Amino acid sequence: MGWLIFAVVIWIAGWMLNVRLSQLPKSRLLSLIVPVIFGLTLIGIWEGIVRGFEISPILLPTPSAIAIRFAHSTSILWVDFVQTVIKGALSGYVIGCGSAFLLAIAMDRFDFLKRGLLPVGNFVAALPIVGMAPILVMWFGFDWQSKAAVVVVMVFFPVLVNTVQGLQASDAMQRDLMHTYGASKWTTLIKLRLPAAMPFIFNGLKIASTLALIGAIVAEFFGSPIRGMGFRISTSVGQLALDLVWAEIVVAAIAGSTFYGAIALIEKAVTFWHPSQRGRAN
Amino acid sequence: MRQAFVPVLTVVVAIFAIWYVAAIFLNSAWAYDKAKRADVTLSTSQLISDTWSQDKPKLPAPHQVGREIWKTTVEKKITSKRSLIYHSWITLSATLLGFAMGTVFGTLLAVGIVYNRTMDMSVMPWVITSQTIPILAVAPMIIVVLNAVGISGLLPKAMISMYLSFFPVVVGMVKGLRSPDLMQLDQMRTWNASSAQTFWRLRLPSSMPYFFTSLKIAMAASLVGAIVGELPTGAVAGLGARLLAGSYYGQTIQIWSALIMAAALAASLVAIIGVVQRVMLRRMGMS
Repeated sequence: MGWLIFAVVIWIAGWMLNVRLSQLPKSRLLSLIVPVIFGLTLIGIWEGIVRGFEISPILLPTPSAIAIRFAHSTSILWVDFVQTVIKGALSGYVIGCGSAFLLAIAMDRFDFLKRGLLPVGNFVAALPIVGMAPILVMWFGFDWQSKAAVVVVMVFFPVLVNTVQGLQASDAMQRDLMHTYGASKWTTLIKLRLPAAMPFIFNGLKIASTLALIGAIVAEFFGSPIRGMGFRISTSVGQLALDLVWAEIVVAAIAGSTFYGAIALIEKAVTFWHPSQRGRAN
Repeated sequence: MRQAFVPVLTVVVAIFAIWYVAAIFLNSAWAYDKAKRADVTLSTSQLISDTWSQDKPKLPAPHQVGREIWKTTVEKKITSKRSLIYHSWITLSATLLGFAMGTVFGTLLAVGIVYNRTMDMSVMPWVITSQTIPILAVAPMIIVVLNAVGISGLLPKAMISMYLSFFPVVVGMVKGLRSPDLMQLDQMRTWNASSAQTFWRLRLPSSMPYFFTSLKIAMAASLVGAIVGELPTGAVAGLGARLLAGSYYGQTIQIWSALIMAAALAASLVAIIGVVQRVMLRRMGMS
């Protein structure tokens, strides 16, 4: 009963605090603190409810149990992280985004390719590509190569479609100006159209960053060596060691957010001129 | 439309050509192996015909996949467990339920975020963070846990679909509900409109284009969620189960036909939303 009261108190306190804080004038610190308080409140309520109702740890472990488990099995988690994120997701991400970018530039040069590939690319981007995972695992074996291949296929089309769209973003006036400067096609591409395409390209890269982790983890459900986050999750669920599963999820969440954040930071540095970035600064 | 027809056709034909050629190369190892054991040497035409007609090829040729789809959709009864339509229906029902729940939940959340400053500041960052978490990883756990509580069947899969599909709706609707500009909002005020009237007459209608665009993304995401949600249930029924069973037993033709079926499903669902969007927006005078 005590824990339930604790949960309610935490809930009310967190909510009141946030209501009070959000009345204050907007500032950068505030827009960081408010969501953090919201998150901490949720964790507090979770802890209180699980303990208060005595929910079996097999169904839902408490946050404190997950934290303890996390601290105890850092070595396992690190091995899984290297296998899935560094070897599988990251290498696939680089290959997939790189080749999509090159194809987009080729499509931009040859109009026929663009008119043919763009509708097909748009179509494929909406398909459930994760389904390719079992086939690619069969082709490339159980180790990280097959995971990287799944990631390549998953990130390829969003990046392709966004890059092609971005290369059309510069308007006729700007292109005419380059023309009056006597700029060649390549110069126009590098000095005008690629920079203008950057906001679109980064949009694609951001979408791809979450897809990459999903692809690498889901591909492990179809077969993997005895390490990797997807493998650990599916086997630990079988052993009902849910605290370890949650620890893996925490790792995945941190990895995913860091990945996304890193790309957002690079975007900020590259597309500082874009209205969406200028607006955020002040 | 006419302009794009020839290039698209060329690309599609090229894909099929590459597919057939790739099938020859990928399957030739097994064909040579078989020929060696039977002590015959293969001529080129024999090799090609063999690689296009193996039982468990590494890459089945398109016509094999087509025949399998024909066999499992038209020639089987719908109630049969081998019918692809039966499995598609299982996946489709979970997808649609999850999509509906995600759309409702996402819209409500967006309304809350637009009208309540506290919610905007505390919830919105977490909505975005929630998508950087590779949530599909949690899918097997959700399924197992809900099974343990006694909830099984449609709902667990639909919940994964919901989780994936609510995000595009929230983001799109927040943008859409905020899309009326200051001038229009001021106009509502000069007419002495209540905030409910402003919502129903101005904000909601002007969010519709954003709404439909997000629905298309949400539908595709929701189908992925349903398919992945079927993986850990031990391959009982559904397109995801077909994929898993196929990969256990090396039935590549079965995997490919399930995959094509999923693709067709996704394409037609998105197309349906597109049609509704066009009709709706035209009747509202927006397109």
